[in-house]
Amino acid sequence: MAPARSSTHSAITLNINGEKYTLTADHRTTLLDALRERLDLTGTKKGCDQGQCGACTVLLDGRRAVSCLQLAVAAEGREITTIEGMAEGDRLHPVQQAFLDLDGYQCGYCTPGQICSAVAVIEEHAAGWPSAVTDDVHPEAGPPPLTAEEIRERMSGNLCRCGAYVSIVEAVARAAAAETARTTEEAA
Amino acid sequence: MTAPTAHRSSVGTAHTRVEGRDKVTGAARYAGEIPFAELAHGWLVLSTIACGRIRSVHTAAVLAMPGVLTVLHHENAPRVDSGHVGVLGVPPDPTAVLFQHDRVPHLGWPVALVVAETSEQAREAAEALVVDYEKEPHDIAFPGERPDAHPVDGHVPAVTEKGDLEAELAASAAVVDVEYTTPEEHHNPMEPHAATARWDGGRLDVFDSNQGSTWVADGLVKLFSLDPASVRVRSEHVGGGFGSKGVRAHQVAAVMAATALQRPVRVVMTRRQMFSLAGYRSPTTQRVRLGADADGRLRALEHDCLNLTSTVYDFVEPGAAVARALYDADAHRTANHVVRLDVPTPTWMRAPGEAPGSFALEAALDELAEKAGIDPIELRVRNEPERGPVSGLPFSDHHLPACFREGARRFGWAERDPRPGLRREGRWLLGTGTAAASFPAGAAPSTAAVTAEADGTFTVRIAASDIGTGARTALTLIAADALRTEPERVRVRIGDSDFGPAFLAGGSMGTRTWGWAVMAAAGELRERLVAEAAVPPEGITVRSDTTQAVAALAQKERHAFGAQFAEVAVDVTTGEVRVRRMLGIFAAGRIVNPLTARGQLVGGMTWGISMALHEEAVRDQVTGGHYGADLAGYHVATHADVPHIEADWLDEATDADDPVGIKGIGEIGIVGAAAAIANAVWHATGVRHRQLPIRPDRVLTAGPHA
Repeated sequence: MAPARSSTHSAITLNINGEKYTLTADHRTTLLDALRERLDLTGTKKGCDQGQCGACTVLLDGRRAVSCLQLAVAAEGREITTIEGMAEGDRLHPVQQAFLDLDGYQCGYCTPGQICSAVAVIEEHAAGWPSAVTDDVHPEAGPPPLTAEEIRERMSGNLCRCGAYVSIVEAVARAAAAETARTTEEAA
Repeated sequence: MTAPTAHRSSVGTAHTRVEGRDKVTGAARYAGEIPFAELAHGWLVLSTIACGRIRSVHTAAVLAMPGVLTVLHHENAPRVDSGHVGVLGVPPDPTAVLFQHDRVPHLGWPVALVVAETSEQAREAAEALVVDYEKEPHDIAFPGERPDAHPVDGHVPAVTEKGDLEAELAASAAVVDVEYTTPEEHHNPMEPHAATARWDGGRLDVFDSNQGSTWVADGLVKLFSLDPASVRVRSEHVGGGFGSKGVRAHQVAAVMAATALQRPVRVVMTRRQMFSLAGYRSPTTQRVRLGADADGRLRALEHDCLNLTSTVYDFVEPGAAVARALYDADAHRTANHVVRLDVPTPTWMRAPGEAPGSFALEAALDELAEKAGIDPIELRVRNEPERGPVSGLPFSDHHLPACFREGARRFGWAERDPRPGLRREGRWLLGTGTAAASFPAGAAPSTAAVTAEADGTFTVRIAASDIGTGARTALTLIAADALRTEPERVRVRIGDSDFGPAFLAGGSMGTRTWGWAVMAAAGELRERLVAEAAVPPEGITVRSDTTQAVAALAQKERHAFGAQFAEVAVDVTTGEVRVRRMLGIFAAGRIVNPLTARGQLVGGMTWGISMALHEEAVRDQVTGGHYGADLAGYHVATHADVPHIEADWLDEATDADDPVGIKGIGEIGIVGAAAAIANAVWHATGVRHRQLPIRPDRVLTAGPHA
């Protein structure tokens, strides 16, 4: 058995989609490669391996991160959510359902990253975070409207070479509207 | 007995993708994601010189590194047959014919493959591998005066000509003589090229990301001189292709290593490696000369397109060919030339020829409209050809004017003031532009098999490839209609060379070609089912081969057409150009699945924005390689660059002698799109931009704005 810790490898435990995964990781291994090559969680995609395309986007403690720029050993103790953790059993996440219904993809390779990003965008927006195209910030007035322009700006770290942006934006808007309706209903 | 119910057509009704759930949950496995026991990882090592010879490959130190299994290079790799011709009638890309000699014809030429137990070990060893070169001077200068340029026939003839060009130009009331350039462009599908190869029970089994499993299997059979029955290539899910995913270095490397090591080997290109291994669109320098009567009728049309190619294969980007379908003139000349440089060989990329060619031709038409004082749409309608301008053949259908009429109505063209530089909104100058689009509707022979299962469902098997086009879903709908059943009862299996020969996803021919084969097999199966009492446990399978039917199709000019519209905003103090909206109206035969068809057309138009404003691969004269060969240095349009784009189509009645009635839609969306944007930039600013992309610095330095 490999030593728990050597100059090149460490035994680590990753918390992914609510489950614990223990592995001995090469210190060079990125979180992306650990997911894909070691843990058979291949839903997270490798598009560029240098943080430029967004295909490998996952949620780290609920916030967006490109997993190709994250070392696996440094992700210990973080709550990692990948595309495999978005649906509840057979019930798709509203963002997944909207992508499916509105054809917010073509080849599907950027899709897991787009969906992870969109889930976080909706939460970031609901929490009142401004973006570069937010006209003005009034924290007391609640979040600015999640216009198509806001969605485009906030999703721009996720490239889609097939050019499905128009339907991705529609899908994110639909899922966000459903989420707003749900929280309003809950509050009422 | 129940009365027969009327069958509701599936074709023409929106259907979400049959593999959609797998794609949105991450369950869809792409080529590099299928697990194998004992999998080894290969990493390609590329040349750091643009021209010369390999003197030595210092393998000893690398072989001693942890986990390294082998290093393949030109002195120890198996010999292959590079002299063959593949299914597309061309020899393999020399960059994919790995390790056969010591010559280096371009920077980024593969010189070795390092194979190790893990990808981290393979990568570190590949980066540590020392290769000595004998460097020779390289020449990558394009464009410029090139006396060594020569005409090349590609998938279309190099040169066509009729009439006396100079005489007609001299007799013309309005003349345009302008040069346009387009830059080197790269496909950059989101999924990098990936292949895993293994020998399994005496067969070579390859899991690959490609546009045609028949294409790649045939290439590997011929390269490695194998029995065709002993090679199987599978590609169930493919993360984009756009022309770049054929026989390439990754599969060849994986096969060589799997053979040497007798275990499965995976080779994945890095994003940077794709810039020299995956093909690209050549830059072009185009000259367009148009001469028209006072009423706008073309007397003279000349389109000359110069491209570059490598020193090892003549690939031509036939930009001048687009005029052969769109416009006639008394004197009509189109010519495509190439010049050989020390660069990788270009290849087909979404609308090869039409994309850059339509930029030049449709921008020149706009300049002619301005000179002649004729509305740009009216100018095009007045020049609608009655027959193929070069072929003389009749058109199967020619609904370009109808596309313009519908597009003009929906875009609000009638209210447009044609004068440039008049509309201002804050810091933005606004303008609108239009352009025509056309793309050939071709078909190629394919085979398909359709099985009636004992449980009442159907299975279609065809070596088609769904690279994001929605082909799997389209074929499901086509099969359901041919079988008079519901799509839910039809299972379409694709991406497997064992299903028999089929054409690839390319040339906008996939759905038309595969749909033809599926219709033929399904139609015959349906007749058999009427005659048979019951389906036996093994099912009833009917196979089709459309070779004869495709050959028997009447010779006509068969094209999809379209009218592109764009509105742009230009900030002349920052040089920023924003596309505010686009509309494309197309006539493209029968639309199989409106949901995915819209995505194809809008996706093409999005490429038009990217081509007009962003994409440009720049080579460094000193090294011969790219600046910023990655997705930061090479910008493709992202969310914030793309406004709402609308694409729609006319109900196009199908040509009576065409048994399929489907035309391709994968490429026509990009045709004319960049021209519509460039024409809108002129309308906004009064300045013609004849070089793509229309970068901020070009807007700033373009001279006085209106």
